[in-house]
Amino acid sequence: MQYITLDTETDFDGWRKAARSLVLHHVTPTDVTWTVQGGEAELFAPPAPSPILEVNDGTFNVSAKFVDLAQAAILHCDPERFAILYRLLFRLKDNHDLIEVATDPDVAQVTAMARAVHRDEHKMHAFVRFREIGRERAAHYVAWFEPEHHIVELAAPFFAKRFADMPWSILTPDLCAHWDGHALSFTPGVSKSEAPGEDRLEETWRRYYASIFNPARLKVKAMQTEMPKKYWRNLPEASIIKPLIEDAERMTGAMIAKAAADPHKPQKRPEAPMTRKPAADDLDALREEAAHCRACPLYKDATQTVFGEGPKDATIMLVGEQPGDKEDLVGHPFVGPAGQMLDRALEEAGVDRKTVYVTNAVKHFKFLPRGKIRLHQKPATPEIKACRQWYEREVSAIQPDLIVAMGATAAQSVFGKITPVGKTRGRLIDLPDGRKALVTVHPSYLLRLPGPEAKALEYQRFVEDLKIAAALQKKTPRAA
Amino acid sequence: MDVQRKLEILADAAKYDASCASSGTEQRDSSDGKGMGSTAPGMGICHSYAPDGRCISLLKVLLTNACNYDCLYCVNRASSNVPRARFTIDEVVKLTLDFYRRNYIEGLFLSSGIIRSPDYTMEQVVSVARKLREEHHFRGYIHLKTIPEADDALIAEAGKYADRLSINIEMPEETSLQQFAPEKDVRAIRRTMGRLRLKLDEAEDSRSAKTKAKPQRFAPAGQSTQMIVGADGANDHTILRTSANLYGSYRLRRVYYSAFSPIPDASRALPLRAPPLLREHRLYQADWLMRFYGFDVGEIVDDSAMLPLDIDPKLAWALRHRDRFPLDVNRASREELLRVPGFGTKAVERIIATRRATTIRLADLARLHVPRHKALPFIVLSDHRPAPHRLDAAGLIERFKPKATQLGFGF
Ligand code: SF4
Repeated sequence: MQYITLDTETDFDGWRKAARSLVLHHVTPTDVTWTVQGGEAELFAPPAPSPILEVNDGTFNVSAKFVDLAQAAILHCDPERFAILYRLLFRLKDNHDLIEVATDPDVAQVTAMARAVHRDEHKMHAFVRFREIGRERAAHYVAWFEPEHHIVELAAPFFAKRFADMPWSILTPDLCAHWDGHALSFTPGVSKSEAPGEDRLEETWRRYYASIFNPARLKVKAMQTEMPKKYWRNLPEASIIKPLIEDAERMTGAMIAKAAADPHKPQKRPEAPMTRKPAADDLDALREEAAHCRACPLYKDATQTVFGEGPKDATIMLVGEQPGDKEDLVGHPFVGPAGQMLDRALEEAGVDRKTVYVTNAVKHFKFLPRGKIRLHQKPATPEIKACRQWYEREVSAIQPDLIVAMGATAAQSVFGKITPVGKTRGRLIDLPDGRKALVTVHPSYLLRLPGPEAKALEYQRFVEDLKIAAALQKKTPRAA
Repeated sequence: MDVQRKLEILADAAKYDASCASSGTEQRDSSDGKGMGSTAPGMGICHSYAPDGRCISLLKVLLTNACNYDCLYCVNRASSNVPRARFTIDEVVKLTLDFYRRNYIEGLFLSSGIIRSPDYTMEQVVSVARKLREEHHFRGYIHLKTIPEADDALIAEAGKYADRLSINIEMPEETSLQQFAPEKDVRAIRRTMGRLRLKLDEAEDSRSAKTKAKPQRFAPAGQSTQMIVGADGANDHTILRTSANLYGSYRLRRVYYSAFSPIPDASRALPLRAPPLLREHRLYQADWLMRFYGFDVGEIVDDSAMLPLDIDPKLAWALRHRDRFPLDVNRASREELLRVPGFGTKAVERIIATRRATTIRLADLARLHVPRHKALPFIVLSDHRPAPHRLDAAGLIERFKPKATQLGFGF
């Protein structure tokens, strides 16, 4: 039998050194007794602990996961923890992957211990309540806490980083931690009577606690799972929990019993800030009206109506299909990747983007939410029809000579019927009202094409189409 | 009026907002010795719990509960008879720092009634954050409520100081908002959410860009929103559809569901019954299924368009899809395992790691932290196979229903 005595309850290095040597000497777990210096178990151990056996050349590796678990589990209050950890280590030596087997009893036990320690650490971070000693600049902040496991050293750095600019002490029966503004230090545990009994802010804190609680939603069990009663002793707010609960049902009952009041006269009713401003001219009025369109269900999920934009005296009107993700968020047409593609092509064709009016056949973004993205959906005929009123009214406000329909949805809107792009593309077509129409692809179609060659070819065709518009624009400059 | 009294009024006025978390922000601390505070990456810290079961991690207050608007569901509406109060900027700053120093809180959640104009209100809210960050070098968590349609520059500044920004959608459907809050405009709320998302995206792009320029800071904990449940007639399907849309459109971190709570001095247009807390709980579970388990809204809710109250939505789904079960735990894919009642994401990870090394048996379920009772009818293990008639039995659902119990205080 080997008798190992560790220096302290949290002596991980001592345990590791001893365990390593024991494993290398093939000492089976049942042949080791672990004690801590000055601890109760030590009384039953022989007066002289076994010397740590010399380690011969052999080495072995354990996974980092075990080291993490062991470092936490060794802080557990269970006196058996050293032995349990050694048993697991002994088995890990020849079976490296065992640590991943969550169903193994040793792995499960060590994992549970580590978890309990981390939970206790987390609760210490949450439930320490400092009390101020002295005032303002010279103040020192002292807390009393009763951890379940040996976690003071583990939990202290958190407070040092958080409250770096104030001197504090956390007193516990186990060990006390101190921060002087520069360094952490530890002293032996003390009794509760050494800690300050109150703080001038506690009454304010209790008032806050009472006010933020909604008596209509009593869920005492949920509270207790997260804030077990064992911690209540040292929480200043805990003293009012019971009266609050007792009062809650009475209050809710009274609130419901009392007939709802008639609305009072508003104390002040200034102009609601979100109301619309009167529109300045026709196109603006139209835009304002369209912002409230409910003619089809597409408005429901979209952010906003994306209306056309451009000079009122434009001779060319470009019609796209519908706004995309970016357009929907920004509220302007053709600002996304397809918009950039369009800008580039217009420039190459010799059309100044600033001289054309750009709009979409359908003014709201249609999509399907898929997790964090929105999948673009093609508008259906009823939606295109419902939205056509806006297109028509834009045409009468702008009075363009040429309308360029980009893509099938746009063509359907411009011609009032389903119009395949392939057959009509690239030539001027007379519209019944005397304007001309030109059909081409939508720039986002170019973005979707596979392969750089196809892309370049189609892009060139698109530019050629736009050149027809450019030529027409030059021929019929609008009278100023 | 003294600060304590103001605190009572302005915390009371804020308690119907369900957002409380202090999670998901960047890691910061004050170890440089300048100022105070730190943030926990990942999970935030709940410093206390109220008897309503909700965590208290932030000083959650309104700057003022005076409001120009008259939203019927809101205790602070213009026509409500509640006592009014208004904090000064310095009062909120001092309370935050004093509470923080004693380790009562993780930081501040600041909202406000809308006074004068959205810009004026937003400017006041931002001032508190600015003072905390720039004058006191406060490194704790700050959550600011964004006022719809406030000026872009103010929103940018808010995002510079705040960890999280939020703006409440309030109602699942536009029609209910029109009915209950005629002065609020869903489009304005959505437009503001859209602007927040664009700014969040920009900040993210600037972080991943390989330039030397300092990445732009904008609300590292993202944006969230709240929806009030049970004040209007919207069904669960509508509510979850709205959430899915909000998550997808604006990259929200969280949608909070707040069961409509009877409020003091309530308007006659509102229900006065106790809040449907269980319904709220089921909605959170369903929301969780959408975000972490790959469920679609359409799968979660059946034709009734309401979630069952007696069993959780995943179990309800499994009972509707018995043909997909039982699943062999030692063989099924991750996606399949995630759909087994009682299997959480962590348990599924443990199962996958474990089965690489060994076969999983009945006795192992406890160590994998899987509730046997719930999972057994749906799974096959090397030493367990549910009798085929069990899964087909019409009475299977009864097995899962909670036994009727007296609701008590647990004291
Ligand atoms: S898509 Fe067009 S018709 Fe439908 S709501 Fe929007 S603007 Fe109105």
